Amino acid sequence: MDRRFDITNHTADIGITAYGKDLADLMSNAAYGMLTLIVEPETVKSTVTGKIELEELDDVALLVEWLNALLYEMDVNRLLFKEFDIVVTGQTKLAAVCRGERLDLARHRLKREVKAATYHNLRIVNEKGIYIARIIFDI
Amino acid sequence: MGHWLGELNKIDDYRWEIPQDYKTGMRVAGRIYADEAMLGAIREEQSLEQVANVAFLPGIVGCSMAMPDIHWGYGFPIGGVAATRVRDGVISPGGVGYDINCGVKLLRTDLDEDEVMPRIRELVNHLFHNVPSGLGSEGKIKLNDREMEEVLSSGAGWAVKRGYGTPLDLEFTEEQGCMKVADPGKVSDKAKQRGMPQLGTLGSGNHFLEVQVVREIYDAEAAGAMGITHAGQVLMLIHTGSRGLGHQVCDDYLRVMGEAVRRYGIVLPDRQLACAPVESEEGRDYLSAMACAANYAWANRMCIAHWVRDSFSQVLGRKPGQIGMEQVYDVAHNIAKIEDHVIEGRKQALCVHRKGATRAFLAGQEGIPGRYRHIGQPVLIPGDMGRCSFIAVGTERAMAETFGSTCHGAGRLQSRGAAKRGMRGTDVAAELASRGIHIKTGNRGALAEEASSAYKDVVDVVRAAQGAGIIRKVAMAAPIGVIKG
Repeated sequence: MDRRFDITNHTADIGITAYGKDLADLMSNAAYGMLTLIVEPETVKSTVTGKIELEELDDVALLVEWLNALLYEMDVNRLLFKEFDIVVTGQTKLAAVCRGERLDLARHRLKREVKAATYHNLRIVNEKGIYIARIIFDI
Repeated sequence: MGHWLGELNKIDDYRWEIPQDYKTGMRVAGRIYADEAMLGAIREEQSLEQVANVAFLPGIVGCSMAMPDIHWGYGFPIGGVAATRVRDGVISPGGVGYDINCGVKLLRTDLDEDEVMPRIRELVNHLFHNVPSGLGSEGKIKLNDREMEEVLSSGAGWAVKRGYGTPLDLEFTEEQGCMKVADPGKVSDKAKQRGMPQLGTLGSGNHFLEVQVVREIYDAEAAGAMGITHAGQVLMLIHTGSRGLGHQVCDDYLRVMGEAVRRYGIVLPDRQLACAPVESEEGRDYLSAMACAANYAWANRMCIAHWVRDSFSQVLGRKPGQIGMEQVYDVAHNIAKIEDHVIEGRKQALCVHRKGATRAFLAGQEGIPGRYRHIGQPVLIPGDMGRCSFIAVGTERAMAETFGSTCHGAGRLQSRGAAKRGMRGTDVAAELASRGIHIKTGNRGALAEEASSAYKDVVDVVRAAQGAGIIRKVAMAAPIGVIKG
């Protein structure tokens, strides 16, 4: 499928509905969707590579903690990631190679601060072979 | 998500109940403090479902409550209050939120509007440059590991020790700016790394600095005790929280609680409500880590207040002592605390979660500074940047019904997307300037998301809270200068 994500409105915060042909694709599209809430992805080059590995309770926790790991990278290492090669094993393990670049306030016009991805009403469903997840972010 | 169609029974003009049998698994009823006119907007989103969901928490007592500024959050509604028994109840990081101890600090001055207004542009510029704010910004304070531990364990006291404030400021801060259950050993290295460069930063979103002018005084005695004496007096309001450190603490412990929910067999309708018994290892660890984040937030607001004082001195060419810029009070509005309350005639230790709600203790209560002991705890209720803010005090009714809690602000009415669409083509800054409000922001694009039309009118919120008897208004102030991150 072509559609990677949609942005959904929420009174206080903001959400995205992410789609994927498998869990790894869903994780990648959710991460890209989150990046679009923060910055115009076209302004981010792929010059830096980073690795993220996670092991969580289940697929929902894996999705939330994956997104929060990217927010951590942005906060602490000032890294904006836009491309992802992800392997998900057994719904609880994720290994990702991420490409992007270091935050440069002269070139990256930041739109808003995303505090965290939340677990609020989060389910990963499979509809006709498409994985779908609606994630609410704390803004 | 759509309109909420659940059952809502009227108790009186300002109290509404979601019956306990609305949803199987609710342990208590839900109670909403609002007037009829506000309910229309409240029903248009899912915040009432969230009130019902919070009623599932083991050990919850009284009701799952929502203040008049209720709006749709994640897990808890914003404006939510829930108290659980320490003995056999739970503590939930979702009942505090990611921005632990987001709160407000109010400073009063000896200055009048006519002295400040001619310099307001310059003052706002100074404040903007002296207080680091905005996306991706880093603070001016460089902490080493040892100092970070001190911030987490001592809170605003650390800031005062470093010269960012006075002992008197501590006296007029909730908890004197330090929750003593804090244990930096329970805070992850990741959280500390996020907090390290951000101490003394405002952040962005709805965080702000406001130069305000007193417009009305409703209770001269209470206002006088706070050093607020007349209309036209200049005040300063600071709204921020625990920055990335708090976000990471919340996220870290949601993971812990996700496992705890399984271990303790707790059934919840929303994973964001994940929790553990207050007296379990997980519960105690979270409370100790949350307290560290709360302390960081109090230190953060204290440092910012120092630069605010500096900015006033620089612009007005007077020493701080000649400006009379003293702290009125500093309150948390995202926090969980262990407090004693009377339930069914018996004093009990409770864990009171306030998620977008403010403590509002009655006169005479322990924990209120001596100067305010006879009037009640000051409650600070900021409105949106185009309207006004209120100063109030806690009441007997709040002690009896809401575990000494009340509203925390205006509460959002529109989503950020809807706010932006509604303001398309409007220069929000120019519109505010035409009404005598000078604003400076690092992110003009996001201003529309914070426009007045995106928020409930704080006047309505405060009227409902006062109507329900859970606050007593003291004064109202309106902004003349705003700094948004």
